[in-house]
Amino acid sequence: MTPFTTLTSIAVPLIRDNIDTDAIIPSREMKTVGKTGLADGLFAGWRYTEVGGRAPEPGFVLNDPAYAGAAILLGGANFGCGSSREHAAWALAEYGFRAVIAPSFNPIFRGNCVRNGIVPVELDAGAFADAPQPLTIDLSAQTIADADGKLAAFAIDAEAKAMLVGGLDAIDLTMRRAPRIAAFREADAVRRPWAYP
Amino acid sequence: MGKTIFEKIWDGHLVEDLGAGTGLVLIDRVLLHERTGGVALESLVAAGRTVASPGQVFATMDHVVDTLPGRTDRTIMPTGTAFITATRAAARAAGITLFDLGDPRQGIVHVISPEQAIVLPGLTLVCPDSHTCSQGALGALAWGIGSSEAEHALATTTLRVKRPKTMRITIDGTLAPGVTPKDLALHLLARFGSSGAKGHVVEYAGAAVRALDVEGRLTLCNMATEFAAFSAIVAPDDTVFAYLEGRPYAPKGAMWAQAVAEWRMLASDADAAFDTEHRVDAADVVPMVTWGTSPQQAVPLGRVVPAFADLFGRDTAEAHARALDYMGLVEGETLVGAPIDAAFIGSCTNARLSDLRRAAAILKGRHVAAGVRAICVPGSGAVKAAAEAEGLDRIFLDAGFEWREPGCSMCFFAGGESFGAQERVITSTNRNFESRQGPGTRSHLASPETVAASAIAGRIAAPASLEQVA
Repeated sequence: MTPFTTLTSIAVPLIRDNIDTDAIIPSREMKTVGKTGLADGLFAGWRYTEVGGRAPEPGFVLNDPAYAGAAILLGGANFGCGSSREHAAWALAEYGFRAVIAPSFNPIFRGNCVRNGIVPVELDAGAFADAPQPLTIDLSAQTIADADGKLAAFAIDAEAKAMLVGGLDAIDLTMRRAPRIAAFREADAVRRPWAYP
Repeated sequence: MGKTIFEKIWDGHLVEDLGAGTGLVLIDRVLLHERTGGVALESLVAAGRTVASPGQVFATMDHVVDTLPGRTDRTIMPTGTAFITATRAAARAAGITLFDLGDPRQGIVHVISPEQAIVLPGLTLVCPDSHTCSQGALGALAWGIGSSEAEHALATTTLRVKRPKTMRITIDGTLAPGVTPKDLALHLLARFGSSGAKGHVVEYAGAAVRALDVEGRLTLCNMATEFAAFSAIVAPDDTVFAYLEGRPYAPKGAMWAQAVAEWRMLASDADAAFDTEHRVDAADVVPMVTWGTSPQQAVPLGRVVPAFADLFGRDTAEAHARALDYMGLVEGETLVGAPIDAAFIGSCTNARLSDLRRAAAILKGRHVAAGVRAICVPGSGAVKAAAEAEGLDRIFLDAGFEWREPGCSMCFFAGGESFGAQERVITSTNRNFESRQGPGTRSHLASPETVAASAIAGRIAAPASLEQVA
């Protein structure tokens, strides 16, 4: 995973509450078993004029040329609710998003973002829609600056930050603890044999 | 200070404290289905890794498979077959148990896991599926994850978990006759909002919860993800032990006695402290239906679509207006009486035997209204067989319902079958999101009883009102 240090980009406002993962990537757009080929299906229900089609819906913000190339998405509360499908994070990342700013996130979706190099920034996104663009996100400092240099601080849990900043693979990190896990399981299997069918 | 159930399970599974509120947590069960599980298994192998403990991993086919009689690997969903064949091949290669098409144990993952006693009290269980929280009904710590986390659990038998906060919702008293666990779940969502349990493990407690059977508890816990919860849990009790005893993967003999003795300790201590506590009077809960496009947009069945001004800022004005527009409703309109195009009974929320029995009791001797498409999809092969053994299939079929093979089916539109645009569907499922059940489809969530009564009436109807409309 590419380490995340700083990101400077304009931000696309899609500030609706309860944007669910069915909206981010409709089930019908999850056509293959793999993790790729999903960017075209991102927000397909809103982005195109008809189901299954690819003619852009002119009123949808991602189709506004002013936001072409944006890597920051602004969302509403409870962003990423619904299905646990990681395809939502894969589609956002493949499209080019590296950060989502929203007042709150669904916990599974937030974890999926972190595993795929997308920074979930828990702040009221409304203020950033009107701020001078582009925005600069500094993950190490946990700040967002607008084009005038006005700063806002955000919180992120230490594990998520370390993963993103280091571009770390969580499985690799945990594999280093394999002996400790094996010892724990061995003792546990005596205490709770029914857990080990 | 005493401990909550969650804390007891967490502490018992904590391999290592990773600092800053994150723990390395032992995972006892990983469940997979063909849509998000196949990709996890394939990706694991592509990275040169293996499933560390195949005996603790189970897979099923539920999301993509057809539910029409005579189904095969071919699917109405255009590329669905690839999900089925890839998952089958990956499961075989990894040596994990697969409940494949044609296996009588096949079904919706959160229906079959309790049936087979794969989930047990005190276990940690994960699945790349948001409704995994359902299984907290048996006193397990069960939660939904992404595919990458599933790979992590498969490869290491652990997950790195940010410790959730704790919430207890105590439901005092008794649910009135005709008020179901689904109504309770919708009541809580309407009352506390779709972010109401954000970041918490919700323990459902109180007399009304104790009185629920395991299937009812599964329905209640199922919709914790709609509540933005990490998961939900109910303290395991004799109801749970009686349900599990003798099931295929339950411990047997002396080990059963040892396990039950351990499980009896899994109650929150009297002096345990929760980060958040709510109390609800069961007498305040009535049959519910959703009017909008978020599960929190639910009202008592007899009420009108609420005005924005009456919602105390739960939604933004824009979200409220958008939901009304999508659903083709106006503020102040009565939901009871709204004509429906379809009725659906199924899903991990409400497709167990007790759900089908209660719906059948309403359908018996009646027929679905002209022009209404009605579908029943049992949650598992075991549910279907048990229902057929007692003749429920005949009641559904005679009433004009389709009687399907088990699977998730039309709870969501995967590119295959769907309901039509602007069609109004009354459904026993868990999500009323825009286009969830078909592009432009308008979904109203309700209990199986309300779905059955509405199918008969041809419009949204309370089960209690059926005598007047028959």
